Amino acid sequence: MQQIINFIIRYKTSLLYLLLLLISLGFTIDSHSYHRSKFFNSSNRISGSIYNTADGITRYFNLDEENKKLVEENKKLRSLLYNLNIDDTIRLDTTKFEFTSISGRIIKNSYASPNNYLTINRGTNHGIKQDMGVITAKGILGIIEHTSKNYASVQSILNSKSNINAKIKNTNYFGSLVWDGRSYNQVKLEDIPRLVPLLVGDTIVTGAMSSIFPEDIPIGTIKKFDLNVSKSFYSIDVELFNDMTNVKNVYIIYNKNRPEILELETKIANDQ
Amino acid sequence: MTSSYYYINFIRFALLVLVQVLVFNRLNFFGFINPMVYILFLYWYPIKENRVVFIFIGFLLGLSIDFFSDTMALHAASTVTIAYLRPTIMRFVFGVNYEFQSFKLSNTTRVQQITFLTLLIVAHHVIFFTLEIFSLSNLLLILKKVIFTGIATLILCLLFGSLFSVKKE
Repeated sequence: MQQIINFIIRYKTSLLYLLLLLISLGFTIDSHSYHRSKFFNSSNRISGSIYNTADGITRYFNLDEENKKLVEENKKLRSLLYNLNIDDTIRLDTTKFEFTSISGRIIKNSYASPNNYLTINRGTNHGIKQDMGVITAKGILGIIEHTSKNYASVQSILNSKSNINAKIKNTNYFGSLVWDGRSYNQVKLEDIPRLVPLLVGDTIVTGAMSSIFPEDIPIGTIKKFDLNVSKSFYSIDVELFNDMTNVKNVYIIYNKNRPEILELETKIANDQ
Repeated sequence: MTSSYYYINFIRFALLVLVQVLVFNRLNFFGFINPMVYILFLYWYPIKENRVVFIFIGFLLGLSIDFFSDTMALHAASTVTIAYLRPTIMRFVFGVNYEFQSFKLSNTTRVQQITFLTLLIVAHHVIFFTLEIFSLSNLLLILKKVIFTGIATLILCLLFGSLFSVKKE
C-alpha cells in the first residue's frame, strides 16, 4: 500500500497528464458519433452571449452589403409573385402550409476546419429544434445540431459528417452531397448513375428524399465530373451558390409533417 | 507581490482566450490559416510554478478555447500535452541552466527564446491537426496545415511577445 502511494506521488504529473489527455481524447472521439456531447458547443449560454455581443459590434460594418442582398432577394421574390397571377383578395390558409420559416443571424461563422459549425442567434425560445434546415437567400447552409434557449449551433454543409440528399434540377436523379474538406466553395455529389446525361454548369438542388429541406432549394452548379473508382457512378464537383465565407442573414425551415414522416419511417425500420 | 502575480496571469488567460476566439479564429488567412496565439500563455507562464497546477491550467486553457470553437476537446488535448512537455523542451533548449534559481526567460538569448517557442508551436500544431483531420490518408493536408499555420502562429507570437515584453515581471 505504501509503495502504491509512493508510486502515485512520484509520478503524479505524468498520471495527471495521462488522465487529462484521456479525458480530452474521450470527448473528441465521442464527437465522431452523430450526436455530440451537449456540453461542448458554441450554442451554450456563455459563449453564445459573447459571440452575440461581438456580432453586435461588427454587424454595422457590413449593413450596407447585407441590405443590398436582402433587396436583391426581395426583387427576386417580387418578380416570382407578379408572375404567379394570384388574386390578392384570395385568403391563403396558412395552416395548410407544409413548411414554415424563422429568420435568424449567424453570430459565428467557420469554414476552415474539417468539421465546421456555425452559431445562430435563435434558440428553443424562438421555436428552433434539432434537425431543422438552415438556408440563405442563395442556397442551403446546413442543419441545426444543438440548441440552447437563445442560440443554436448549425452543422454546416462544409462538415465531413454532413450528408444531404440532392438532385439535378428538373430531373429525378438524386445522390448525396458530401464534403471532402478541401475547398470552402466546393462540395461533392456522389452516387449519380453513369447513364445520366450531365453537363458542366447544370444546377444542383435539394432532393425530395429528406424531410428536412423542401425540394428544389438551390445548392450550386456542376464544375467538373468524373466516374468514380467502380466506374458505375459519377463523382461530381459542385460549386456552391453561397459564399460560405460571407453569410449573415439566414432562414430556418421547419417541416410540419416531419414528425409524422419520421414515425412512419421508424415503423418500417421496426418491421424489418 | 504574489497576489498581483496571479492577477496578471488570470487577466492574461482571459484576454488571450478572447483575442483568440474573437479575432484570430476568424482570420482565415488564405482560406485556412487561423494562428493560435493563445500558446503564448504557456510560453509566458512562470517557470518555477508547480507542474501539476501548470498542466491543469493548460488543460483549462485549451478547454475554454474549445468551448467557443466547436472543436470538442482538440485544443485541450494539444495544450495539455505541451504543458506536460514544456520542462523537457526547456531542458533541451536552455541546457542545465534552466534549473538554477536565478534563471529568467528574459535573460536568455533571442535564438533560444525563438527555438523554445517554435518547439512549443510545432508540438501543439502536430497534435491538433492530426486529431482534427483524424485520417492518415490526408497526411499531406495535415502537413500543409501544420507548416502554414505554424509559421503564422510563430510570427504573430513573436510580434505579441515584443509588444508585451515580460521584462518587468
